[in-house]
Order: sequence, then structure tokens, then C-alpha cells
Amino acid sequence: MRYASSIAALVALAALPFALGNEYYVNLASQVLIAAIFAMSLNLLVGYGGMTSLGHAAYLGVGAYATAWLTLRLGLGPLGAGAAALAITTLMAGFYGVLALRASGLGFLMITLALGQILWGLAYRWVGVTGGDNGLSGLARPAPLGIDITGARPFYFFALAVFAVAFALVALFVRSPFGASLQGARDQPRRMRALGYNVWMIRWITFVLAGFWGAVAGVLYVYYNNFISPHALSLTQSAEVLLMVIAGGAATLTGPVVGAALVVVMKNVVSAYVERWTLLLGVVFVLIVMFLPDGLVPGVQRLYSRWRTRP
Amino acid sequence: MGFWITQSLNSLALGGLLFILSAGFSLIFGLMRIANLSHGAYFMLGAYVGLTLLQKGVNFWIAALAAGAAIAILGGLVERIVLRQLAGRTLSQVLATLGIAFIIADACLWIWSGDPIPLTGPASLRGAVPVLGTHFPLYRLGVIGIAAVIALALWLLVEKTRIGAMIRAGVDDLDMARAVGIPVKALFTAVFCLGSALAGLGGVIAGPILSVYPGLDADMLPLALVVVILGGVGSLGGAVLGSIVIGFIYTFGNALLPDLAYVILFLPMVIVLVARPRGLFGRIPT
Repeated sequence: MRYASSIAALVALAALPFALGNEYYVNLASQVLIAAIFAMSLNLLVGYGGMTSLGHAAYLGVGAYATAWLTLRLGLGPLGAGAAALAITTLMAGFYGVLALRASGLGFLMITLALGQILWGLAYRWVGVTGGDNGLSGLARPAPLGIDITGARPFYFFALAVFAVAFALVALFVRSPFGASLQGARDQPRRMRALGYNVWMIRWITFVLAGFWGAVAGVLYVYYNNFISPHALSLTQSAEVLLMVIAGGAATLTGPVVGAALVVVMKNVVSAYVERWTLLLGVVFVLIVMFLPDGLVPGVQRLYSRWRTRP
Repeated sequence: MGFWITQSLNSLALGGLLFILSAGFSLIFGLMRIANLSHGAYFMLGAYVGLTLLQKGVNFWIAALAAGAAIAILGGLVERIVLRQLAGRTLSQVLATLGIAFIIADACLWIWSGDPIPLTGPASLRGAVPVLGTHFPLYRLGVIGIAAVIALALWLLVEKTRIGAMIRAGVDDLDMARAVGIPVKALFTAVFCLGSALAGLGGVIAGPILSVYPGLDADMLPLALVVVILGGVGSLGGAVLGSIVIGFIYTFGNALLPDLAYVILFLPMVIVLVARPRGLFGRIPT
């Protein structure tokens, strides 16, 4: 049943560009997929690990910057640059994890925020490497397996393939024994320790894994835009992705995907009419936190089960 | 020699500004266990309110106090209307303050547009004075003095008054404080107003040095975080020490290694985290 619905969803997503027609909407759908991978990576920390990070833009940003820099300055091919960028970002996540996991709860949140701001500052000020405020541009989309993905539709299918793999692997991870121990460490860290689990190590491995998937989103992001600027590392970006997770439903598999679609579509629709996206982001944040703290997916599920069991 | 003296005084002036900003953040965090992520936005909004008052010809000091009062009222409203609804859900409260920070930041951009605007300092502190064989802007010396006075006043408030004793009791053990009949809810509002007022006041006082611009909030918030992580949550002494350390590192970093100044700023935080995660003076594990 579970597989059937997954396959049905995948078929629907694959048919989507034909239903949408217009290139603008196909590109929007690609953005949703990239944001969904990004939100899923953060959900590992926030939802399943109970570690609320406000610096997750670091991994998207570093993954993207590393890809662009290695390609433009060192002349690496797309495969080499992408793989090296993933490796660099994952290593960095390992280091950042050691620092951030010195604390938990709000301390963790503050440290991840501060660590994220370091990278933002670096991207902004270290003009020689990052291009400063202008960022790095001039990147061309690669041709994986010889298939040209320059167009909107081919790129969408490329992003969809990566998304499907990421979703499947994240689902496997969450349902694995390790995923169960992670959720145990979230809910009952002391009992888990008493049972002989190394809670710190469980959290650190999850932190690194979240960083890796964030980097995957970053590589896609930079190839989608062919451009990267310090905005990708900003606190707004970290807050947006956190909103996706919380609005959709933390600690659910589909929640971050729904949240990503909601935020990306809202952002694009609003930006088409007014320049007040940040204001709306703030308002939505406050409203969701106050009135829908569990997120949309669990909220709807609760309504649905109530409807099914109605007398 | 002149370089070192000037930069040291600059460091102290910046440290003073950081203290005014982070003392309120630290008090709020210590008592309410909330990292108030709108603190940087209060700082910026205070500066903008001060700017508008100055443009209307109001005296600088009155403008600074009025901005502080306005932000105190705003902080009080936020505490009563939003944060109190979320009592007991710390994470939700913190995320709500983040949302409020975005609302304030974008509203400021809307109202005051995007250009950096310097605030005009008070006429009485214009010009430079000779200090140890070099000249130094009088206003910056004034900032050091104001920060010292605020630090002293806060110290007296926290250590020597009845309200201060209540605050300290709340910082150490909130449940016990509640159990012995301390009006914790009223105390929360009072401390949140006080912290917000300091942020607003600090924004105006920083105005002549830093100017006010969109993004000032996002520049200042991490500095407050770093000061508090460094000094320890809820500790005034920690805020003083953290502010001075960060003031020196940022000023000399900017003078000597401009490209990397912003990054060097975070090094002491990293070292403290590894060696002593609760901060140099902290009593509460974060």
C-alpha cells in the first residue's frame, strides 16, 4: 500500500510538467523539488532529532558555493565539482556538528545561527574568493549521462530523479533501527543513555547526514540558478527552510515536501505582486507557530481520521 | 602608538554599544529562557524611531529615551499578546520572536527605505578631544561613559533591589521562585520591557557611529548571541566581559584583517564552546 502510493505520487510528479505546460510553472515545480530536498534534510535534525537549527542555509550555501568555485576557478568538470562540493560540505557539517552539539535546545539553536552567520559573513566579505555581494555567476548546467538538462523540462526531470532518490533514502533512514534510536534520543535521551546508546554520536551522525542532504540541495540550487550569492547563506534562508519543515509538519516524511511547496509557491506569487515577502514570511511564521504548531500534514491527518471515525 | 590608543578606545566604544544591546538579551534569556531573536530588530527600530524624532528637531537625549520607551511598549505588547499565549513552549516562543523580527525588519525597509542614514549626534558631544597624545571623538568617549552608567545601574538593580532579588531568584530556579510567591508573570513582562528598552535606546546611541540601515538588525543579532554565549546567559558580568572582548576583536580585526574580521569575531565563541559550554560566567547550561 505504502509503495503503491509512493509510485502513484512519483508518476503524478513525472506527469506534472505536461499538465503545467507553461515553462514558468515547470521552473516553479523544480524550485519546489529543490526546496523539498533541503527541507527534508533539515527535518532529520528538527523533526526526528529534536534539534532545531537556525543555520541550515550553511549547507545549501557551501554546497552551492563550492560547486561554483571549483567549476569556475579550478576548471573541474560537473561530476568532479559536484562530488567534491558534497565532500567538502559534509566535512564541514562534521566540524560544525562537534561545536553545535556542545549544547542542546536553545543553545544549539543559537550556536547554529552564529555558525551560519560566520559563513554568510565570509561569503559577503571575502570578495577574492566568493565575489562578495555580486556572487559567482557564469556557471552552465551540466549534462549528466550525456543528457542535456539546460531546458526547463529536462532540468525538472533531473531534479525529480534526485528528489525521488533522496526521499527514498531519507524514508529508509528514518524507519531503520538507527532512525528509531534517533527518535528515542529525541524523546528520552537519559533512558537511551542508560540503555547503552551513545546519544551524542547518534545526534552527530544525523547532523552530518543532514548536512550532506543540504549540500545535495545546494548543488541542485546552483545548477538551477547558474548563480550563487550570499543570500543563499542568509538567516532568511535558514528561517524559510525551518518554516517549510514546521508548516508542513516536522517528523513526518511528507510534511517538509508540502511545506516546501507552500512556501515556494507563496513566495513566488507574492513576489510577483508586492515586494513584501519578508513581511509575509514573518506573519506566516507567527501564525503557524501560534495556531498550527504541529504543521499542516499532521493537522489534516487528524481532521481526516476524525472524519473517518465520525459516528 | 596613536593607532593602538585610538583603536583601543574605539573597541571600548563598540564594546559599550554591544553591552547595551546584549545586557537586555541576556537578562531576558536568563529569566524567561527565551532567546529573543527580535532583539536586533528592536535595536534597529529604536534607531529609526530616534532618527525620525531627530529629523523633527527633538533633542538627541530625549529622542534616545523616547525611542527606548517606544520599544519598551512594543516589547511589552509582544510579551503579553504573543509570548504569553505560548507559555511553556520555549521553542515556539523563540520562533515567534524570529517571525516578529522579520516583520519589523521589512516594515522598517518599507517606511524608511533602503539607504543608510547616519544619526546626528548631540551638539554637546561634537568634535574631538586630546587623549594621551592623540585626538579622539568626544561622542565615542560619551558612549563608553553611558554604557558604564547603564552597567552600574543594572548592577544596582539586580544586586541591591527587591525586584533584582526576584529576578535573580527566577534566573536560578523559576519553579521555586513561583512557589515562594514571586509574581513571575509580571516579572516576565517587566524584564522583557526593560530588555527591549535597552535595545531601542542602544539603537539610537549607536546611530551616530554605525548609522541606521536595513540589515542592521541581522548584523547586530549575531553579535548579541556571541556576547551572551561567551559571557554566559543571565550574567551581567559576563555581558560586560563578552562585550569588551568582542569590541576589541572586531575593531582590531577590521583594522588589521578587514576581509576576515567578521569571521575572527566568532573564534572566541568557538573556543569557549569547546572549553566551557555554559559561558565564562554562566550558571545555566544553555
